Amino acid sequence: MSTQQIIFLVLSAVALLSAMGVILSKNPVTSVLCLILTFFTIAGHYVMLNAQFLAVVHIIVYAGAIMVLFLFVIMLMNLNADIEPQKRNWLKYAGAISGGTLLVILVAALRDASMPTLQPGATDIGLIGNLGKTLFNKYVVPFEVSSVLFLSAMVGAVVIGKKED
Amino acid sequence: MTIDWYFILEKLILISGVLALSLIVAMYSTWGERKVAAVIQDRRGPNRAGPLGLLQPLADGGKLFFKEEIIPASSHRFLFILGPSLAMLVACMTSAVIPWGDTLVIAGQEISLQVADINIGILYIFGVVSLGVYGIMLGGWASNNKYSLLASVRAASQIISYELAMGLSLIALLMLTGSLSLKDIVEQQRHGLWNVVYQPLGFLIFLVCAFAECNRTPFDLPEAENELNGGYHLEYSSMKLGFYLFAEYINMFVSSALMASLYFGGYSFPGMDSLGLPHNVVTILGFLALFLKILVFLFLFMWVRWTIPRFRYDQLMRLGWNVMIPLALLNMLITGAIVLFRQG
Repeated sequence: MSTQQIIFLVLSAVALLSAMGVILSKNPVTSVLCLILTFFTIAGHYVMLNAQFLAVVHIIVYAGAIMVLFLFVIMLMNLNADIEPQKRNWLKYAGAISGGTLLVILVAALRDASMPTLQPGATDIGLIGNLGKTLFNKYVVPFEVSSVLFLSAMVGAVVIGKKED
Repeated sequence: MTIDWYFILEKLILISGVLALSLIVAMYSTWGERKVAAVIQDRRGPNRAGPLGLLQPLADGGKLFFKEEIIPASSHRFLFILGPSLAMLVACMTSAVIPWGDTLVIAGQEISLQVADINIGILYIFGVVSLGVYGIMLGGWASNNKYSLLASVRAASQIISYELAMGLSLIALLMLTGSLSLKDIVEQQRHGLWNVVYQPLGFLIFLVCAFAECNRTPFDLPEAENELNGGYHLEYSSMKLGFYLFAEYINMFVSSALMASLYFGGYSFPGMDSLGLPHNVVTILGFLALFLKILVFLFLFMWVRWTIPRFRYDQLMRLGWNVMIPLALLNMLITGAIVLFRQG
């Protein structure tokens, strides 16, 4: 077994276990921590696919910014098992049935799908120089349009925040 | 493909070396801090343990190890222990991409004095810095104490606010260097002028943000003892408290190394290539030059601490959002314009 295979297996195992931890843990803070761990393992997969820029941006944006805000909100609301509202029974059955249906559909869709294998390190598009050149030459219009979208989101946040005064 | 044991061994030795170095420097920073404070306040400082009090850090460490370890009954036990561990881990991780020197040639093998020369070095640092807030937040929340929680909320919002200005000031630097690899940035400065000449404003912003990121005075609001009874580590005792305090000193050391590498030429020094000495000797001299620069920055950290009083919290936020970020944007704009002008 090569080094890459070992790393891949370890990363995948940790990713699956921590993803399970997100939904199985009773404490919301532990859930958030499990989610952060999942993001890290996914970033590890990106690195193995030679997409270093994506990996590090994934960590900065998700683990470094979004999850901090999540943690903030959860800590200040101080959620715990005692104040969690009781779920109705029919809601549980509905959840189980819809989840099961989704599983059946996913299995049916993926059963015959061909899985193209990407050789790790075969492509250099994920390296920061190549990615930047592609983004700012070939896809410059969509890139700029999406930046306007971000700007409008920021302006919206400021407007909502200012309403109180 | 087999496992390259030689490579793993080389990196393992290098990592242990860097780790040991940062721990020792952090240890003696505590001694240095007290000596600097003593000189500024016209006192003697620690002078009992060993000559000049040089054994004082060992005595302090021993004391912390042997203190009773208390985990509050109402705390979240696992997260309470995870907090200081994360703070320490994250503090040590940044040093991986800093080039501590040029290459050493041993028995025909060229060994780089940098643990990982990745082409996203600066982004990696951002990633790790943005994680630094978790240790403080988790520790503060898990203590189940309102002062700890207040302090950790302060710390988190302070670190997030100053990260933005820090990133913007670095973007201007990246426009000039055209590379995200710290090794490339240092090599460019070796053959030209130091980056601080081109980016004086950017360096100033980075310096202020580094103070805020390390929770150092005048931005040490998260540990303002007279408002918060001590800060986010209020409930901690024994070595867990030691980890939090230690992580701060490691952060100082690493940010000093970073500032030296980004703006002050890193391991290069003037006249480095015209000495005519063997390659290995020049490399070691370069490492010593970097170390000297780091010590100067560490001294600056301490000097400021014992000179400038603490900000008020709203002043801190106003400085971050209304002064630092617009200044960093202006700096970015000017740098971009000059780069464009020189190209065209």
